This record gives sequence, structure tokens and C-alpha cells, in this order.
Amino acid sequence: METPVITTTGLTKIYRAHRSRGREVTALDGVDLHVREGEVYGVIGQSGAGKSSLIRCVNLLERPTAGTVSVAGQDLTALAGRGPRAGKELRQARSRIGMVFQHFNLLSTRTVQDNVELPLEILGKSGKERSRKALELLDLVGLSDKAKSYPAQLSGGQKQRVGIARALAGDPKVLLSDEATSALDPETTRSILHLLRDLNRQLGLTVLLITHEMDVVKTVCDSAALMENGRIVESGTVTELLATPGSELAAALFPVGGDASGDDRTVIDVTFHGDAATRPVISQLSRTYNIDISILGAAMDTVAGRQVGRMRIELPGRYEDNVVPIGFLREQGLQIELVGAAALASALVKEGAK
Amino acid sequence: MTWSEMQPLLEQACWDTLYMVGWSTVIAVVGGLPLGILLVLTDRGGLLQNTVLNKVIGQVVNIARSMPFIILMVALMGFTRSITGTTIGREAAIVPLAIGAIPFFARLVETAVREVDGGLVEAVQSMGGNTWTVVRKVLVPESLPSLISSTTTTIVALIGYSAMAGTVGAGGLGDIAIRYGYQRFETELMWITVAVLAVVISLIQFVGDYAARGLHRRGGQSGAAPRLRLLRSRAAANSGSRATTDSDTEAGSGSGSGPADAGTSAETPAADVSKVD
Repeated sequence: METPVITTTGLTKIYRAHRSRGREVTALDGVDLHVREGEVYGVIGQSGAGKSSLIRCVNLLERPTAGTVSVAGQDLTALAGRGPRAGKELRQARSRIGMVFQHFNLLSTRTVQDNVELPLEILGKSGKERSRKALELLDLVGLSDKAKSYPAQLSGGQKQRVGIARALAGDPKVLLSDEATSALDPETTRSILHLLRDLNRQLGLTVLLITHEMDVVKTVCDSAALMENGRIVESGTVTELLATPGSELAAALFPVGGDASGDDRTVIDVTFHGDAATRPVISQLSRTYNIDISILGAAMDTVAGRQVGRMRIELPGRYEDNVVPIGFLREQGLQIELVGAAALASALVKEGAK
Repeated sequence: MTWSEMQPLLEQACWDTLYMVGWSTVIAVVGGLPLGILLVLTDRGGLLQNTVLNKVIGQVVNIARSMPFIILMVALMGFTRSITGTTIGREAAIVPLAIGAIPFFARLVETAVREVDGGLVEAVQSMGGNTWTVVRKVLVPESLPSLISSTTTTIVALIGYSAMAGTVGAGGLGDIAIRYGYQRFETELMWITVAVLAVVISLIQFVGDYAARGLHRRGGQSGAAPRLRLLRSRAAANSGSRATTDSDTEAGSGSGSGPADAGTSAETPAADVSKVD
């Protein structure tokens, strides 16, 4: 789980608008990405943040202006050559990287099976081998009964399953997913994400996905990175991120709201993960110290197969009065962040201590 | 002129027309298809981007297309002789017909191929396909319905051009209509010839539309609407809007009509003929 499968260093992509001298758009600005073997890595960001350029640079559909990309220990940027066309080695390397697209990109004139066979045709496999492999893959994605259908006859979710089957045809170690679920409804999105999860586990497939939906990261990702203006602002495993105080991603994954109901109250954000998530910590706190706790907001979810949650609670009394209960929570392995007035008070207390 | 006199004339003329148009269509497709694809590939942002080559081919095509057919025929006489050994007769007419039709067809091909979704090209590239794979597995098959319609349009235009082939003694239906019908005041024969031409053209159009629509129905109505130009590297929305086929593709080259659309493609050849006259 530790060897990086996809590594980019200082990846930069600058688009020069044609005929408008000097007007440049920096889509990627020195991106360092490390995706470890067997993980599902999500890159999230708003449109225009550079996600698409990033994923296209990974298999060099876009030539990076600077920086290097290596996939499975192979430096792709070195294979690229100078011309705009992809040389043989780069094409071979690409065939070992699967890619799934937002708009599926299936050939409308081919049947589902023929679509899945396409990468195998490119690899020069024999007819028998192709159809065996294609049917096997269609079975894997749950579409064995649609082999003879045309893409036009399928629903969005089914089309994406075909897209995934096709991406897996070359037995890739790495799967790139370019907003694979963005054109799908929430229900279908979930089923596609579960499929990706299953494939990741069954085949040990490393998945790099880009998305603008937090839910996607929450549902399937082991690690995540937040992109803004062509840079990676935050990155790490989801558990790490949740444990990082002030993490934007963590806050976005688990948005909790609520304001203090009075001046003499302490508001804290509690983040649970690992064991603590299953223990009745709040109820213990209440009983041990005999205090009334009100919950202002809470979110609980399963992230990467683990229960994780965030809760904003209010304790009676000022921060000074609550140092002991907060200490108790910290002892229980919870991560505590003070909110608003309490944060200020805590800072004052610390200063006073000095 | 009695029917028994007219019949052998008409029969011979039909065969002459079919012979000339048939061969010149074959040559036009063989020559125009790669040329049209090359026009797309060498364009800015294309897989074989080469602006200079693109401009050169584009200009050659434009010049050839702007040449009135009858002038082209005369201008090519030397070339025709070097190929067929003669400048009169059916074989001699095929040369200028084919050469006139190649750029015409190439422009239609260009329009059709441009309509192929850029995302499909990207998909094949991501599988490790090279440019030739893209052409073979994506560009041609995906634009096949449009290509068939383009071929129909070309055949119909060629039938129009072939009327002028009579000036080099190649015969054909148009030639009969001019020489017997118009110049010898055999009005009846002229109208019969026109009727035969109308039937032939309707038949060709019908078969072409049928074939194109059949292909459309098989693969068509898919999410892969031919919206995006090949040039854009980013895939854009290809879901939804297919609905009405390709009737809006015309403007690009200013040459062909929206293929697969009986209404417009019937008009185009007529316009072309009138231009030539």
C-alpha cells in the first residue's frame, strides 16, 4: 500500500490561446501528486480548478508544459518525445492505463461487446481471446445480458459500466476516472461508485478519480486532494485529513453548523474516527461530569469503509469551566476543535499561563 | 420521333450515364475520402496538425471547386489524353468528372468527419491507439451514415455534371436531352429524358437515404451526438441532443447539404448544376 503508482512532480500546464499573444491560462501550477498502490484517490475541485488537465496529463493526452509524470515506475514524460504525436512506447504505456469518461465515449456504431473489444483490437489480440475477455468483463460489471445491444439502447449507468469494462480490457493496474459519475443521477452514481470500489478491492486496481462532488470522495476514496487554481491545496488520506485541524476538505466532507445559544457556553467540534466512533463517548461524558450537552449539528458517515463523524456540541459554562471535560474527550482519542468564543478564550488562557 | 426510335437511344444513354457516373463516383470516393480526412487531421488541433499542408490542400480544393465543370473539362484535356489516350467518348469524360468530384466529395467528408465527437478520439488515444487506429475505428465508422449521404449527394451532382460530358461525345441522358430534345426540337424526347433522370435521381436518393438511415437507426440516437468538433480536446456534452440528424452541418464548407435529409440534399445538386450552366 506504500509504493506510489502515480507520481507527478512539478506538473505544470499552460495553455496559450491561439492568436492572442501573451494571453495564457495556467491550468496546472506545479502539482505534486502521489497515488499509492491499491488506493482510490480522489481529486476534488470546482470546474476550472485544473482537475481535467491533471488527469489528462497523467496519461499524457495533454502534454504538460513542465514537470514529470510517472505511472507504475515508468516515466511517461520521458517517453513522450518531442512531436505532438504519441510514439509507440507511450501508446503501449497508455494501453496499461484504463480511462473512464464523463460522457462515456462509446462508439455508437458498435455493440456493447465490440466496444469492450476495441482496446483488445488495438492490442492485437485474436478474435476468440477478445470475445472471451469482453464477455468476462461484461459479466464483471453486471451487463452480460447486454453484450449485443448498442449503446443507444442503454441507460446512463449502463453506458458507464460498459465504459468501465472497456477501460479494464487491457488489464490495467491504474484506472483514471474523469468525472465518471457527473452525468449520472445520485442513485446510479452510488452504484457506479460501488462498482469502482469492488474493482479496487477485487483486482487491486489503483483508481485516480476527479470529481466535483464531495459525496464521491466520501463514498469511495481512501485519499483525497483538494485543487484550487491549478494547485493542490490539501492532500492526504481521508483519515489524516479529518484529523487535521482546520482542514477545508474535512470541513467540506462533514459540514457541521450551529451557533452558541448564549455567551456563557462553550462550543466545540468533535471529530470521531476509528474506535472512538463506535463508543458512546458523549453519553459517558455526560454521566461522568454530570453536565448537560446539547448537540448543535452532527454528521456521521462511512468513509473508506470506516465510520467517521463530526459533531458540534455545546457545553454549559465558559471555556475555563470546561477544561476537564474537554480533556476527557481528548483522552478518548477524539479530536477537539474549539469554535468561536471558546477558541478565543482558550487562546487567552494559554497566554495567561505563560 | 416514334418510341421505337427513341428506345434504343434512351437505353444507350442510360448505360452511358451509369457508366460514367459509376466510375467517377468510385474514383471520387477513393480520392476524396482520404483527402477529406486529411483536411480534418491536419487542421489546427487535429491529430496530424500541419497548418501549412492544411492551407495548401484547402486552397487546391477551393480552386478545383470553383472551376465551372465545362471549363475544367477543357482544361484537363491534355491530362485526359495522357490517361485514356483520347479526349472524346465515355472514358474521356470520366477523368474530368472524377477530378471535379474529388474536391466536392472531400469537402463533404470533411464536414461529416468533423462531426465525430472528440471524446471518442480521446478514448481511443487513451487505449493506446495511433492516428491510423483513430481513423479506422472511430472517424470512418462513426461518420459512416453521413459519408453515405455525402456519396449520394456526389452521385446526384455527377449526374448533373455528366450532361455536359456530351460536349466531348460521351453520350448520356443529359446529352440526349440537349442534342435531340433541345437542338432538334424533339420536345417529347426531352421531357422523357428529364423524366428518366428524375426517376434515376429519386431512386439513388432513396437508396442512399435508406442506407444512411438504416445505419443511424442501428447505432444512432445514442448519447454520442455529433456536436463536438474533433479539434477540441475536452469532451463536452454528448448526451442528449441527437434528434434531427445532420442538417445543420452544411454551413461549414458551404458545399454539401445536410446529408440524410432528403429535403436539403435534393436541392443541393440542383443548385450545383445551375451554377455550372
